[in-house]
Amino acid sequence: MSTAIGFLTQTRSLRKLTFYFALLAVACLALADIDISTGSPGHELWLMGRGLLTPQVPDWQQWLDAVIYTLTFSLQGVVLAAAVGFLFAVYYHLTWVRVVAALLRSVHEVFWALIFIQIFGISTLAGVLAIVLPFSGTMAKVYGEQLEEIDSRPARAVHDRAESGLSHFFYTRLPLALHAMRNYTAYRMECAIRSSVVLGFIGLPTLGFHLETALRTGEYSAASALLFTLLALIYSLRYWFRARLLWVLVPLAFFVRPVSGDWHSANFAQFLRDCIPAPLREDWALEKSGRWLLWLGEQIGAGAWNTVLLAQIVLVLTGLFALLTSTMNSSHFVSGWRRRLGDGFLLVLRSLPEYLLNFIFLIVLGPSMLPAILAMTLHNGAIIGHLLGKHSDEVAPAVMESGPLSRFAYFYVPTLYQRFLAYCFYRWEIIIRETAMLGVLGIPTLGFYIDSAFEFLRFDVALILIAASAVLTLCADSIARRLRRQFLPAY
Amino acid sequence: MRLLTAILTLLASVYTFAADSDRPQFTFTAIPDQNEAELVRRFQQVAEYLGEELGADVKYIPVKSYPAAITAFRNNQVQLAWFGGLSGVQARKAVPGSEAIAQGYEDQFFKTYLIAHRDAGLEASDEFPKAIAGKTLTFGSKGSTSGRLMPEFYIREAFNEAPREVFSRVGFSGDHSRTIALVQSGAYEVGAVNYAVWDKAVASGEVDTDLVSVIWTTPTYADYQWTVRGDVDEQFGPGFKEKLTRALLNLEDESILQSFPRSGFVPADNDTYQAIENTAKSIGLLDDF
Repeated sequence: MSTAIGFLTQTRSLRKLTFYFALLAVACLALADIDISTGSPGHELWLMGRGLLTPQVPDWQQWLDAVIYTLTFSLQGVVLAAAVGFLFAVYYHLTWVRVVAALLRSVHEVFWALIFIQIFGISTLAGVLAIVLPFSGTMAKVYGEQLEEIDSRPARAVHDRAESGLSHFFYTRLPLALHAMRNYTAYRMECAIRSSVVLGFIGLPTLGFHLETALRTGEYSAASALLFTLLALIYSLRYWFRARLLWVLVPLAFFVRPVSGDWHSANFAQFLRDCIPAPLREDWALEKSGRWLLWLGEQIGAGAWNTVLLAQIVLVLTGLFALLTSTMNSSHFVSGWRRRLGDGFLLVLRSLPEYLLNFIFLIVLGPSMLPAILAMTLHNGAIIGHLLGKHSDEVAPAVMESGPLSRFAYFYVPTLYQRFLAYCFYRWEIIIRETAMLGVLGIPTLGFYIDSAFEFLRFDVALILIAASAVLTLCADSIARRLRRQFLPAY
Repeated sequence: MRLLTAILTLLASVYTFAADSDRPQFTFTAIPDQNEAELVRRFQQVAEYLGEELGADVKYIPVKSYPAAITAFRNNQVQLAWFGGLSGVQARKAVPGSEAIAQGYEDQFFKTYLIAHRDAGLEASDEFPKAIAGKTLTFGSKGSTSGRLMPEFYIREAFNEAPREVFSRVGFSGDHSRTIALVQSGAYEVGAVNYAVWDKAVASGEVDTDLVSVIWTTPTYADYQWTVRGDVDEQFGPGFKEKLTRALLNLEDESILQSFPRSGFVPADNDTYQAIENTAKSIGLLDDF
């Protein structure tokens, strides 16, 4: 009886929680700028569609070079990040390790790249570091949680006098988590390929470099060839990203594209000096410093406001999209070729970086928040939809026969709702981080002001704004954790 | 295993042409102010010309943004760059000792056009068109002289307000070709564009002049220039800077000049751009609060 009451009150509170999030999103939507400002989006769409059907590589040598850079950046990045992340995970019980990991992943790889390009020039080192830092923070968290979730009995059983840390760890805890960790590393490799493509958009020599050119100049045949290359790289991962091959591939990656950067100590000293806030560096008078602070405060205020506004809309739409599309990959609704088709669709959507999607939607729909909303909803929704659908296979089919609609409303959603919310909360901090970053493309979130600061070589301002975006991400992370603990104790 | 050997040989062959030679290579870049394909075509010709004149290995590397061009210049990844007025000022501040050595003949009296879509209902005039208030406007790149600095200066002068107060939406297209495309598609009603890029696009028939037209022209100012690092003589031997300057000023190849488009290059120095620097300071684009 008491459990039944507990269940009822909990569903009610989940309902309320959902209601408040939705209400907030509707309020944000009312305030957001979501115009379609191009006169005839249909024409551009038609050109893109035609390009999609007629892919063409204009220069094969350039193409091969870009593919190699994309692969080496991601491979080097993931391997190094896995090593650092693993080290962090072993000591994940220490607070300072958790804090460092959280700080590393709270800054988007595009922002890391903008910083490292200033220090090391446009070089492989800048690109690889931009992937390694945030990825190691994320991998530390997931590895750490995977190690916490394992059965602790073996560890407790070997509880004799020599309770030495490392060998204890390697024999009693690591083997149990290893499988999950390997799967997760493979998933991160997919993310790393996406990231290295995105880094191309800001100037590193990966596929994204040429993709940006092709999209910007309307050469959609060249763009679609690069797009298919990206999909092929990600799809083929399952065949070559394997432990046995990695012993060869990783040294090969470091041999083919050695990690190197342009290092000039004088430049670095200058960069560090430029990172000191201008009023202190230039010793400005109080009044002038006040004007500077006011100007900076305006940017933080406007940027943070727009970032949160956009992220809350995206969070709810992502959830909605994920809930609906997860049925395309769920044994409760589809099977056979239709399911493979549905899951294939989700995988393709997931493979396209939100930066790229936003770039394409901007061309079609014109400048407003709408392209970013669509891009992030599709990308994040597909990720959650795929996972949720796969998870639903573990749930026993409904006892009562019913049509798909009522099965969805009265069986599928209620049984999976907690898991669904857990996924959404996990994704929240990522959505905030991405929203801030997409400002680089012109929507007035924090990224817009960060990009402007880099444009005028105001590194002090850029760093402060990046810190502000990191704080937003950390806030979302901490609120999500609290909500999860309160509403979803099982997750 | 056979597959692996195949991959290995393929990659090793690729590695050979990626390897750097020891010979110091003279590299230059340019701000990406328009269509990249056009820039690559233009500057590869310039690289060949300079290579012959200087008897050196000269390479052009394309970059994705204005600050990337400045960063490459600062880090000595490039020794020479084709900068705009403002980016040149920024670059010379970042690299003490660097010098503006040549500008295009037309760059002595450069102009910005305000262009508008037909549906915006704006008429061409000699006076600053105050009717643009409340429309949507796109600049070029954030750090562009002709696409942002000068038009913003005249907008502020006319309205005594920042652009985002004057217009209902302000955007940054990234480059001049894109500005034209965005105004033509109706994504923005008004755009600020480099007059040389506009005139060339009109001449080559890329613009539908029924849809977009020039509504106002700014007074003239100094713009694009070649800026070289101060330490090139140490890197490439004494007299290199002078030889380079002479090569640029003597550039007479018609197809190269037309691609800029400039009728020729004339001497310039850092003082030529003092007015640009002052303008940038006055509207808060360079640190001055």
